[in-house]
Amino acid sequence: MRITLMVTCLVDGLFPDVGRATVRLLRRLGHDVEVPAEQTCCGQVQINTGYGPSALGVIRHHVAAFAGADVVVAPSASCVGSVRHQHAALARQAGDASLAAEAGALAARTYELSELLVDVIEITDVGAYYPRRVTWHPTCHSLRLLGVGDQPRRLLEAVEGLELVDLPDADHCCGFGGTFSLKNPAVSGAMLEDKLGRIAATGAERCASGDASCLMHIGGGLSRTGSTARPVHLAEILASTR
Amino acid sequence: MSGADWVPVAPPGVGHLRGARPFPQEAAAAVTDRTLRSNLTGATTRIRAKRDAAVSEVADWEQLREAGAAIKDDVLAHLDTYLLRLEEQVTARGGTVHWAADAAEANRIILELVGAAGAGEVVKVKSMTTQEIGLNEALAAAGVAAIETDLAELIVQLGDDWPSHFLVPAIHCNRTEIRDIFRRAMPGVDPELPDEPAALAEASRRYLRDKFLSAEVAISGANFAVAETGTLAVVESEGNGRMCLTLPRTLVTVMGIEKLLPRWADLEVFMQLLPRSSTAERMNPYTSFWTGATEGQELHLVLLDNGRTATLADPAGRAALRCIRCSACLNVCPVYERVGGHAYGSVYPGPIGAVLSPQLTGVAANPTLPFASTLCGACYEVCPVAIDIPTMLVHLRERAVAAGSEPAAERVAMRAMAWLMASRRRWAPSLAALRAGRLLGRRPPLPPPLSAWTSSRDLPRPPARTFMQWWDEEERR
Repeated sequence: MRITLMVTCLVDGLFPDVGRATVRLLRRLGHDVEVPAEQTCCGQVQINTGYGPSALGVIRHHVAAFAGADVVVAPSASCVGSVRHQHAALARQAGDASLAAEAGALAARTYELSELLVDVIEITDVGAYYPRRVTWHPTCHSLRLLGVGDQPRRLLEAVEGLELVDLPDADHCCGFGGTFSLKNPAVSGAMLEDKLGRIAATGAERCASGDASCLMHIGGGLSRTGSTARPVHLAEILASTR
Repeated sequence: MSGADWVPVAPPGVGHLRGARPFPQEAAAAVTDRTLRSNLTGATTRIRAKRDAAVSEVADWEQLREAGAAIKDDVLAHLDTYLLRLEEQVTARGGTVHWAADAAEANRIILELVGAAGAGEVVKVKSMTTQEIGLNEALAAAGVAAIETDLAELIVQLGDDWPSHFLVPAIHCNRTEIRDIFRRAMPGVDPELPDEPAALAEASRRYLRDKFLSAEVAISGANFAVAETGTLAVVESEGNGRMCLTLPRTLVTVMGIEKLLPRWADLEVFMQLLPRSSTAERMNPYTSFWTGATEGQELHLVLLDNGRTATLADPAGRAALRCIRCSACLNVCPVYERVGGHAYGSVYPGPIGAVLSPQLTGVAANPTLPFASTLCGACYEVCPVAIDIPTMLVHLRERAVAAGSEPAAERVAMRAMAWLMASRRRWAPSLAALRAGRLLGRRPPLPPPLSAWTSSRDLPRPPARTFMQWWDEEERR
């Protein structure tokens, strides 16, 4: 399958290993990976901070950058959520019907990584090896914006050597929320504190997730509190082999 | 984009829809209160689990939600017709309908009615709407004592406090705090009153019984009003509402104009949605319906706008008027759980408050509330009338930005970023510049608002190469 990678701005700029792991994984499974050179960002930061009309140019750019793609995958539920739930709506709101139609069509062929693997490629055992105790934070946007269910769990359970431990109150937000963490830092910090406590209670060596943004938040907290647990992206686990 | 700036909003200076300080300041203070956090976490955790169980029993819950949303949307689309039908039905059955454009007018009408009845004291059924308009203060200013008869409202009233939750107004208090309030402020209470729940309930029962028997006027809100029959409804747990609705000679009901249901049969949907979503019960203990005035008694219905028409005028915001005040969204909200209801500065706290209060007052008067959310979506998931609160929050953030409420520096930064992101040639150097951050370490001294991040989290160490640099240098053919 020809798969086009939407790497996302955060992975591109701060967590390139997640993007490289995604490429390695998809190639190992026998797929061709394309990376449009023009891609930048989905514009979610602007949109969710109240600057949706200013993000119209970003949306137009995103749609143009991925125009030739058959299937798009992103290692981020949140960015896919923006593509699916915000792009076409903002274009419609701005009265740009043709952009709305194109954005809608692109959204229909854009998938989060675990969706692509389990629902589209129909694979759960990707041949990975990851001998660690891992707990899974499902992220709000994967659960409630995309409706991702047990796809990540099925993928993780098939990883050789991996011990998966349940995270209590896993579906509770970690407190990131994009600019929420800057506008309401104390509340965001309190939510993070509770999430870190639950991670610690699992005794996991790694907290895994499908969103680099939530992992940046959780990872920043793990590092600050001197925890031995580390954040890891689903793509990095699935790309690991013996 | 909409904004209904030409429609009058809830006026300032009366009622409780605006806080003294912005949400981030109130929330930052509240979050450090360990007792408050433990009271809230305990209470919301318990009710969340109970609600999940109560809802999972209903096989057609999703269809019920859809029906609830559709009925309310029909009401909102034909509000003019249904309101007139309600007025016609209530009047035909001996009641009197009053129209109040805002809180001040509603208070004035009620004061006149209480004055005409010659009452120096009124008993009250728990009502969010009367808290919204600040009725108790308006009555007090006119020398009329308003006695709250719902146990939790009574606690809040005797504590000279404010409700912090729709359903459990005293959710922020534990039983020791409640005992102290009773000992301090309840007339005739046992000075040795213990903090056992049964003893606390008995003390309030003794205190209230006299009030029920002597009151000439009762004031209630309404959970529902049926346009087809002119029936008003209150859903409650303690029976205090039933006492107020039956004994006093004059009954005054205040309700927001959106509380309508077209038909009696629509109650079938809402009487399933409301109890399971609010108290996590299959059926609440007391549901009172009254249609018109009973012989020898007077019934007055005050229909309140107070910014609801302004809310209705915004197509992207009007679904907030579907709300039936069940409080399920408060109980699942991670922000509400950490800060409680008072931080929102409005009698409508939590996720629904963050979309309703700014619309009732105009966004410029409540600009920080739409930002009081991580957009985690838990509220939308449990809402029994399927209000898409996260999407509405984003829309109201746009209105706040359009009203100029956000810092100029943010506006410049957001627009500059959007401009950079609309071209890879412009964006690539900005992203690569993050590399400079490799020299800073994990806790660099940053200017606000970025310093907020390093208050409780470390920064990731930027990589030597961006992903796209790696791809271009090693993989692109």
